[in-house]
Amino acid sequence: MNTENAKRQKIGLFNRPAKPYADPYLGGLLMGVVLFASLFITGSGLGASGSVGRLATFIVDQINPQHVDRVPDLLHWAGGNTNPLDATLVMITLGSIIGGFASGLIHGRTKLEIHKGPHISKRTRLIAAFVGGIFFVYGARMARGCTSGQGLSGGAVLSAGSWTVVFAIFGGAWALAYFARKLWL
Amino acid sequence: MAPFPLDLIGLLGKTGTYLIFLAIGFGFGYALEISGFNKSTNLAGQFYFRDARVVKVFFTAIVVAMSLVFLSVSLGWLDYNLIWVPPTYLWPGILGGLIMGVGFILGGFCPGTSVVAAATLKIDGLVFVLGGLVGSWLFSESERFFSNFYFGSYYGRLTLMDVFDISTGTAMLLVTAMALLFFFAMEKLQIFVADKDTPRTHSRQIAWFAPLAASLVVLLSGPPTTAEKWERMAAEKEPLLAKRAVQIHPGELLDNLADDNQPVLMLDVRPEQDYNLFHIRGARHVRMDDLEQTANELLLDPGISQTVIVVMSNDETAATEAWKTLVANGVPNVYILEGGINNWLSIFAVAEDGIQPKVQVGDDQLNYAFSAALGDQWEAADPFPHEWELEYEPKIKLERKRGPSTGGCG
Repeated sequence: MNTENAKRQKIGLFNRPAKPYADPYLGGLLMGVVLFASLFITGSGLGASGSVGRLATFIVDQINPQHVDRVPDLLHWAGGNTNPLDATLVMITLGSIIGGFASGLIHGRTKLEIHKGPHISKRTRLIAAFVGGIFFVYGARMARGCTSGQGLSGGAVLSAGSWTVVFAIFGGAWALAYFARKLWL
Repeated sequence: MAPFPLDLIGLLGKTGTYLIFLAIGFGFGYALEISGFNKSTNLAGQFYFRDARVVKVFFTAIVVAMSLVFLSVSLGWLDYNLIWVPPTYLWPGILGGLIMGVGFILGGFCPGTSVVAAATLKIDGLVFVLGGLVGSWLFSESERFFSNFYFGSYYGRLTLMDVFDISTGTAMLLVTAMALLFFFAMEKLQIFVADKDTPRTHSRQIAWFAPLAASLVVLLSGPPTTAEKWERMAAEKEPLLAKRAVQIHPGELLDNLADDNQPVLMLDVRPEQDYNLFHIRGARHVRMDDLEQTANELLLDPGISQTVIVVMSNDETAATEAWKTLVANGVPNVYILEGGINNWLSIFAVAEDGIQPKVQVGDDQLNYAFSAALGDQWEAADPFPHEWELEYEPKIKLERKRGPSTGGCG
């Protein structure tokens, strides 16, 4: 017993064996309670793509602030001296980075690695991830929210537009799944 | 008024508010990580029916949050009107959603999951985030070329209840049934495609049956009546009536009407014949029975939090009832015309031909006789504000709208 404990001590926080992920229904219950807490206390739900957009705007603002003041879509987040990162949504994303990192650490899943389908190279996976990121956030900006802001938050408060977005996302992905199968299968 | 959501900025200031959002984010990130959403192969697996994980987590989270939200609403703890409901922009939503689908199947993440993946050192997650920054920048640069499309097909705060003309309970039941259908189908397909059976856990039982029960409770209890809503807030609002804090002097109404920067909505709840004989110019006639409907329409108006609403009857009895109905249904900034139309006429119709005081007929009855039914064509219906320098104690204070004006991904 004692030696086992000592061994665990030595393993430390960063080298512990990876535990399997939780039962998906348990994960969903926890996520639902967090989402409810957000809606109940603050009146607004969760979101992620907005923070990515705000960070992108912040970067543009650092490089060329005059340009920001000329482009309408950048202007409303960062016009004049407005700091685009000064927003509650950015706090949610910052919190989720900390929360994700903490959980990954506790369960031995914070590890430098690349997940990919078995038949593609790491290079291909990273290119696909980059291009996928471009498409996803472009679409999320157009739809005014992603799977978090429209899907989870809008879905839970029964917004008609949000449910349309959810079906479009999953419909789009499922329609293309066959053509992208080499990436994943 | 339901106590939640809280006015966080007012209660905690900006720092405190940001800490609350940070804590919520922590919970979100933790939940995403334990659900395996930081692993792209888990996320992509759903589209090949290899892994039912994502569908289960996603729809469980939605139906659980939905159940808790609307149970709180029917218990009177939470005001649905103050919850951020993403407004509907139909076609940008559909096209944006399809583009997101492309990104999903190529990248294996969505923005929230990629952030958590990057936080747990998944390089593909980090690269997806970098791509996302580029995507957002491209959107900002291109948006001005299709802004008519981007701001078009706008339906405002549109819910499933509005679209299908169903009650909240029915909408919940339909969403829950759909989630259960997905769970069932994905579990069966997973057996068929990947030969993986689903463990029968307690969480699974809760996820399958608790939202169903919550939907039935909301469905059977029905929406709270105006009387029930008033009952819950009476302790807070009755004193306003007793202290006469919401009964405004005719002079204050006149000054607000004269102020071009102050929108005023007058609702006249008297019998139609009285309204036709005389009413203040601009006042809208509303039957007492239609007031709830009117309240719901008013709440859909984005300018409502800047508008002063004044209800009036001949004296104050009916106007007070109307005030309660509007306030109970969450309409902000409602006031009562002090002394009603009789008081108004006693000030503004003293010298007008054709308007004669009558013997007191009874409470909330019109105490004036009119030579013709001129409605708002009487001089007293639209007095010139500068002729009347009336002394009064100002009572109108526009209450700042609680709750978020933006949310989600804005």
